Amino acid sequence: MSGGTFRFDGRPVPFEEGQTIGAALWADGVRSWRTTRLAGRPRGFFCGIGVCFDCLLTVDGRPDERACVTPARAGADVRPGGRGDGWAG
Amino acid sequence: MSRPSADVIVIGAGVVGAACAQAAARAGLSVVVVDRGPLAGGTTGAGEGNLLVSDKAPGPELDLARYSLERWARLDETLFQVGGPVTPSGAAVTPGAAHPPQPGPSSGGGFELERKGGLIVASGPRSLAVVTELAAAQRAAGLRVDDVPADRLRDLEPHLAPDLAGGAHYPQDAQLQPMLATARLLADARRHGARVLTGVEVTAFLGRGVTGVRTARGDLHAGAVVNAAGPWAGAVAVLAGVHLPVLPRRGVVLVTQPLPPLIRHKVYAAEYVADVASDQAGLESSAVVEGTPSGTVLVGASRERVGFDPGLPVPVLRRLAAQALRLFPVLGEARLLRAYRGYRPYCPDHLPVIGADPRVPGLVHACGHEGAGVGLAAGTGSLVAQVLTGTVPDLDLTPFRPDRFDRSGVAA
Repeated sequence: MSGGTFRFDGRPVPFEEGQTIGAALWADGVRSWRTTRLAGRPRGFFCGIGVCFDCLLTVDGRPDERACVTPARAGADVRPGGRGDGWAG
Repeated sequence: MSRPSADVIVIGAGVVGAACAQAAARAGLSVVVVDRGPLAGGTTGAGEGNLLVSDKAPGPELDLARYSLERWARLDETLFQVGGPVTPSGAAVTPGAAHPPQPGPSSGGGFELERKGGLIVASGPRSLAVVTELAAAQRAAGLRVDDVPADRLRDLEPHLAPDLAGGAHYPQDAQLQPMLATARLLADARRHGARVLTGVEVTAFLGRGVTGVRTARGDLHAGAVVNAAGPWAGAVAVLAGVHLPVLPRRGVVLVTQPLPPLIRHKVYAAEYVADVASDQAGLESSAVVEGTPSGTVLVGASRERVGFDPGLPVPVLRRLAAQALRLFPVLGEARLLRAYRGYRPYCPDHLPVIGADPRVPGLVHACGHEGAGVGLAAGTGSLVAQVLTGTVPDLDLTPFRPDRFDRSGVAA
């Protein structure tokens, strides 16, 4: 089983081959990676199958990727949140 | 099931039924709301939450829309403060619940009322002439309308396409979240003694005239019954032995992923005004675009007379997306979260049906609001409560009378 690490918010996170970014984050103990627009509440997985767009994060500069369906890739630069986060404070 | 009598039974727990129930309960009447589905499970839950004056020519519907806007503003000041938060079922939230609801960004009522204003945009000189003519008539009727020349459009909406011909700005247009509004209204009604029965279908009316309803769970008796069954109101009228030509007009809404604020107003193409008033049966569509407080952008509006056909046709979705991109090229970067469809309850003359049915004592209608039901709901609720309590309605209900249709469905 191959795999590797990507960087999440600057620190390395290990993943196994075929894992999504979201699954790797969960396995590493990370449960939330964005906040709601108005109340700033934490969000991570909700549906887990690509439908709800609640688990958005930024991958190699591409905003609004769904963590639950985006495969982890060695060396990727993953950052919390997407374009829609936190604009209302 | 044996139920004590109520003054009023409201059939339909959509936004119109909820507004009727709330206004009646606040007027001191005992109210029971019945719906065969959940709250806001029909047209209310499939709309965009528009409170529009801009798409209405001077006449009774515009009068009702303006009256209703005032009633919504009043509700926004009163609903949230009284009893605190509610769940989507209309029940009060248990103290200590994990996520106390937050009021919307500009709303005291807890249903995300936004006085964002509307902007009609024209793509060429011909449609601009239509917009300008409508605006002049509305202005003469007392509406606030500002003509917007082409080079000022992007002051109002920075992401609009650069090659549009001009438009008109309507500061009074507003938006709310219809499901939240329905829940808030019914919660307020319950605080004033109303009961709400969901999952209970009305199968017949009781009595000569109407003295109650038969449901799958027993009979309910009341002095009056309000038909607020949306696109199914015609079928309810049939149960009472009267003809009411309320029919479904299917519409589709696209929902984008949450985005940063891109679109400030309710923005729509000039062609939308003509589509709303049209009598065509085939597909009509014109772009109606607005952001919501949750960050999603909603894209409508299509109109098809295909009965209750449950389809969500891809060609319609594609056409709406293309029309929205014509106005807002920036949406080309957005992904769609989902699409949904609903059925506008329309009458042949495009006016709602509000008031007592002279053919059936005890039967009161509040239906047929087509695509404007959310906007017209608060006013309709107040007017129905006035009818139920025997006071003089704030507006003349003659244009909305239930017996204005002959058997062919054409307004007499």
